[in-house]
Amino acid sequence: MEAIRVENLTKRYPETLAVDDLSFSLARGRILGLLGGNGAGKTTTISMLLGLLVPTSGRITVLGHDMATHRFAALARMNFSSPYISLPARLTVRENLEVYGHLYNVPKLKARIGQLAEQFKLTALLNRAAGELSAGQKTRVALAKSFLNQPELLLLDEPTASLDPDTGDYVRTALEDYRRETNAAILLASHNMAEVERLCDEVVMMKQGRMADRGTPAELIARYGREDMEDVFLHIARSEAL
Amino acid sequence: MRYARRVWGLVYRHLCMYRRSWPRLAEIAYWPTLELLIWGFTANFFSHDIHAGSPILAGAALIGGVLLWEIVLRAQIGVTLSFMEEIWSRNLGHLFVSPLRPAEMLLALLAVSAVRTLIGLLPATIIAFLLYHYDLFAPGPVMVLFFLNLLVMGWWVALGIVSLLFRYGAGAEALAWTIAFGITPVACVFYPLASLPYWLQPVAQALPAAHIFEGLRALLLSGHTEWGQLAIATGLNSAWMLAAIAVFGAEFRLARIRGALISIGE
Repeated sequence: MEAIRVENLTKRYPETLAVDDLSFSLARGRILGLLGGNGAGKTTTISMLLGLLVPTSGRITVLGHDMATHRFAALARMNFSSPYISLPARLTVRENLEVYGHLYNVPKLKARIGQLAEQFKLTALLNRAAGELSAGQKTRVALAKSFLNQPELLLLDEPTASLDPDTGDYVRTALEDYRRETNAAILLASHNMAEVERLCDEVVMMKQGRMADRGTPAELIARYGREDMEDVFLHIARSEAL
Repeated sequence: MRYARRVWGLVYRHLCMYRRSWPRLAEIAYWPTLELLIWGFTANFFSHDIHAGSPILAGAALIGGVLLWEIVLRAQIGVTLSFMEEIWSRNLGHLFVSPLRPAEMLLALLAVSAVRTLIGLLPATIIAFLLYHYDLFAPGPVMVLFFLNLLVMGWWVALGIVSLLFRYGAGAEALAWTIAFGITPVACVFYPLASLPYWLQPVAQALPAAHIFEGLRALLLSGHTEWGQLAIATGLNSAWMLAAIAVFGAEFRLARIRGALISIGE
């Protein structure tokens, strides 16, 4: 069964065509990388997948729910993390996780928070205010929040952007383990091409709101005759044609 | 000259902000005008319309007005401040992608507002009793109806402001502090409806507050509960609340179309 199905998705603002006739799908248990330069349409696409933004046309189905009519049923089964969205700074890490535990109706919340705190090395930080944490610690808290409801679909916007290499590797391993243990699907937007090569089963390359190409990292590297995904990204981003 | 240039640099920074934000610009002239209107009408009432023997009761109505009008202000600020806390902490993105429905968010904001209003008014009510021997609850249980009507009025004003925040983003933050105060001159808190110019009276009559405070003054001056005024206030509150919910729903839908939920904190 598909976790995400996007059909002919378009988002048009008065002066911009942000996403243009985009179609792709993501199966359960798979990790899809959504790549593209700044302004390629990644954030707009993720916002539409999350129901934050209404498409101009096209259809999004998440975990079998049509996002135009049943988005709350889908939202309860998915989660999202981005270093660009914060959690209330004056609340402690524990209080923040409790708030979202209530919003996602998480059973046995205290035990779940303890489990996630251990998983993301947050136990010593649970009683500290979120605003006092370093950027890396905040990212780990946001990731713990996104795991709270054991989502069947995780949308991650640059999940390791502000983490040191060691913690970044730890988080990537956690994502791999989570996918293997729960068969969850993960959609990952990242500018870290080594991360994309390691984690993603498939990649959708976006440029100027359209899909420029798609395939496994190995397929894309072979198709463009490049050394790695970093070179593939640069080639697509800098080429005139889509 | 370099000093002047640096000073100008900072002045220019503020000018740039004001020329792109009409709420901030309007706020500059807003407070002096408002103060003048409120105290002008109040002075007019006290100098022309107070009958011999009633200044003490008019004073009591004034203290009652101050305390009860605070219910509207606290209720409104309780909702809008809680919403703005989420904007300031850049947390709205997380909230709106959770299963939290807009109606549930509204209920939570109203609940926080009710608690804040009760906590906020308790010390003032006690001080009014200790310092001025003014017992807000002396008229009896009917005061609960006055409280509830004022609370609901604060809520629908707040919903209107939150709707404007959806439309104009955090740049419209000044509205949260100014709109409810702006209603004060036509709410007839400190003076009767008759003290307003004729052309302004229909505006006042469209607001529940004018009927609530007319009723309150009647209760304090004659001991007689004007149920008609309370019924009109309740009807108006219901209509305004329904309209505010409809506007909130429409603005939320529009915000999802325009992408404002992504950028509302910017």
